[in-house]
Amino acid sequence: MTQSNVLTHSIDMNSLGRNESTLNLSNESICVEVRDLNLYYGNHKQALHNVNMLIPEKRVTAYIGPSGCGKSTLLRCFNRMNDLVDGVKIDGQILIDGSNIYDPSVNVADLRRRVGMVFQKPNPFPKSIYENVAYGLRLQGINNRRILDEVVEKSLRGAALWDEVKDRLHDNALGMSGGQQQRLVIARAIAIEPEILLLDEPASALDPISTLKIEELIHELKSDYTIVIVTHNMQQAARVSDYTAFMYLGELIEFGDTSTLFTNPGKKQTEDYITGRYG
Amino acid sequence: MKNWWKSGDPWIWLTASSVSVSLIVVVGLISLIAVRGLGHFWPTAVAQATYIDERDGKKSIIVGEIRDEENVSAVRLRDSGVKVEGERVTRYLMKIGNRELFNLDFRWVLAQNLKETQYPEKMTVIERREWGNFYGYVVSVKENDKVVSEGDAAWGELQTRLQRALKIFDEIRHLEKNEIGAINYGLEQLRLRKRRLELNHDTDPAKQAAIVSEKAQFETQYEQLRQQLSKLYEQINRDSFMMKVSDDRMVELKMAKVVGVYRPNALSTFEKIGFYFHKAWEFVSDEPREANTEGGIFPAIFGTVMLVFIMSFIVTPFGVIAAVYLREYAKQGFLTRVIRIAVNNLAGVPSIVYGVFGLGFFVYFLGANIDQLFYPEALPAPTFGTPGILWSALTLAILTVPVVIVSTEEGLSRIPSSIREGSLALGATKAETLWRTVLPMASPAMMTGLILAIARAAGEVAPLMLVGVVKLAPSLVLDGNSPFLHLERKFMHLGFHIHDVGFQSPNVEAARPLVYATSLLLVAVIVLLNLAAIGIRNHLREKYKALEN
Repeated sequence: MTQSNVLTHSIDMNSLGRNESTLNLSNESICVEVRDLNLYYGNHKQALHNVNMLIPEKRVTAYIGPSGCGKSTLLRCFNRMNDLVDGVKIDGQILIDGSNIYDPSVNVADLRRRVGMVFQKPNPFPKSIYENVAYGLRLQGINNRRILDEVVEKSLRGAALWDEVKDRLHDNALGMSGGQQQRLVIARAIAIEPEILLLDEPASALDPISTLKIEELIHELKSDYTIVIVTHNMQQAARVSDYTAFMYLGELIEFGDTSTLFTNPGKKQTEDYITGRYG
Repeated sequence: MKNWWKSGDPWIWLTASSVSVSLIVVVGLISLIAVRGLGHFWPTAVAQATYIDERDGKKSIIVGEIRDEENVSAVRLRDSGVKVEGERVTRYLMKIGNRELFNLDFRWVLAQNLKETQYPEKMTVIERREWGNFYGYVVSVKENDKVVSEGDAAWGELQTRLQRALKIFDEIRHLEKNEIGAINYGLEQLRLRKRRLELNHDTDPAKQAAIVSEKAQFETQYEQLRQQLSKLYEQINRDSFMMKVSDDRMVELKMAKVVGVYRPNALSTFEKIGFYFHKAWEFVSDEPREANTEGGIFPAIFGTVMLVFIMSFIVTPFGVIAAVYLREYAKQGFLTRVIRIAVNNLAGVPSIVYGVFGLGFFVYFLGANIDQLFYPEALPAPTFGTPGILWSALTLAILTVPVVIVSTEEGLSRIPSSIREGSLALGATKAETLWRTVLPMASPAMMTGLILAIARAAGEVAPLMLVGVVKLAPSLVLDGNSPFLHLERKFMHLGFHIHDVGFQSPNVEAARPLVYATSLLLVAVIVLLNLAAIGIRNHLREKYKALEN
């Protein structure tokens, strides 16, 4: 990870808020750097305008903003899931570990192994719980039963699901409740030990108890993974994240550490959103 | 009234009655075939009566099974010079057998001219390998021309000896077909090897010597078998028996030619049921006799099932791969639309056109070239350059591939993109996602396509007549001689068998119940194949069920 003590000079001050004290990343190593990112959908619709951002390592960064502001789009750029949409054009760079992931020589499947993603609606495969978690490992050619057993148990424990399913590992995954399915999907994602975990509104389709469990989980996972979470629930962002970015209409309005952004936001737009005046 | 319309009741009546009519038609059709076909195996009583010949008034004893009944107008008969009374006249179709005496198996007789009809218990039916049935009374049993039993005891003696003779016949057939057949096959392969050496101008003496020595081996084996065979023939030919027929003539019959004997008028109901099942079993397991009008249809069943299997093995991969390409990989533009339209239109082409295409392209072009390249030693006798089961299966595969493509595409489009995204997000490539997740989930749809393909192909007869089906095939496509599956052989097919027996057979009256029985069997085979495929599909559906919400 690149160490950067003199960050503020390489970043456009305007897009990061006037209040310098909201952004002091000097103690953090940086995992992802977004440079001048612009994204267009085929019919000349621009979804992201000149986004510049740094994602610190082993911390939780949250994106908040009203619907349609581009936070999910930006998230999906990190593992190039937007490539699947027809007619998408991307300008700019995203550097992970110092190398641009949009370089034509990049192996996209490899990238996605290093950058895992959990979607809004739980999407376990119609296989057994065991096979769901082992899916990523089998993709890499690991078929040794003992290794798989170990990793499946470790991942399910890591996702706080082991105790609930240890007796029915070979049951169909679709028989679980929504909250359990989402934790299974998280277990599946961490089984391949990615560096970064992208969570796209992971708890929005779940009940409050499951949501709480997911939030606890994020807190534990933080020590091993860099986490970027998109959420439209501001309280959740405030509870869970270390850094928060506020986006509006495809632009990054403000980025800073969570407590400061929520108590003393630098920009008026941010303040309006947080206090509920719009969005 | 208006309320009745509004409530939707008329639509319920209309739709329900349409379903009922369809059901009635299907059930009625199958019942008709079943009744006329299944009745074929029930032992018919043999009548003996005095008949006044309608032309010259002469009296004679007539013996036979009453097979059919007809009501004709008397005028028609009088016009042809027959003296009858009344307006309408009943005629019976009697199977009189005894072809060596009467030249015809069947005869129409006037009901009013039949007098003193009885059903004698001792009337015996002899089923034979050639020349049809024989009706008469058993007089005596002979071994090597010496009488060993006569009178009432002759019947029991006849049955015992017949069992023995049938066993010997099975041994003979096994020797001839399997063992000597294998030797013949081996000799043929040697001849082809020799020819190939000639064509390659290979004069290696070692190879030639090897061929000569193997040939000698085969010939010694053949000599041994031939001796065994002649012993068996001796055994089977020693038995014969004397029968008395309706006009008191005596005829001698050889046991070797007999397939079965029974006394239909003396059978109890229980015995009749046993007889029925025995005949039904014979029907599905034996080979045909007498130009397909007697015996069983096992080779046709086997050929039909083999054809369907080979066709499935060809059509499923092609159809699925084509569908996967069209939906997953091809850019969805003008060209793919054109391809889809073309594929859908393929399904509408008349099947005989496929037959002609198969003949021209597969048999004459591909087959001839394969022969040139791989089987030059057999020429001028064609190996693949002639109709056979491989070309038939390929022709039917092209016929049914549109169905498989359409239903697979349909299945693929139903898989939610969340599953695909989930797999891709774990670092799978598109191909891995397809293979590990998407295709397994689309397998019920693929099975549906296969079921429809089987249903269409199993019933096609016209194209097959051009590319591989024959009236009588000397051997099955699958046998004990390497390479075990002979794709170049011609085969028999149930659908074609029905056509052949019903319309091309020399003895139309004998053939009619057989046509119904074979139709019933064809329907049964297709239903079984479909049930198997549906069972597999349901199993697959259960596995992937919960995702449909």
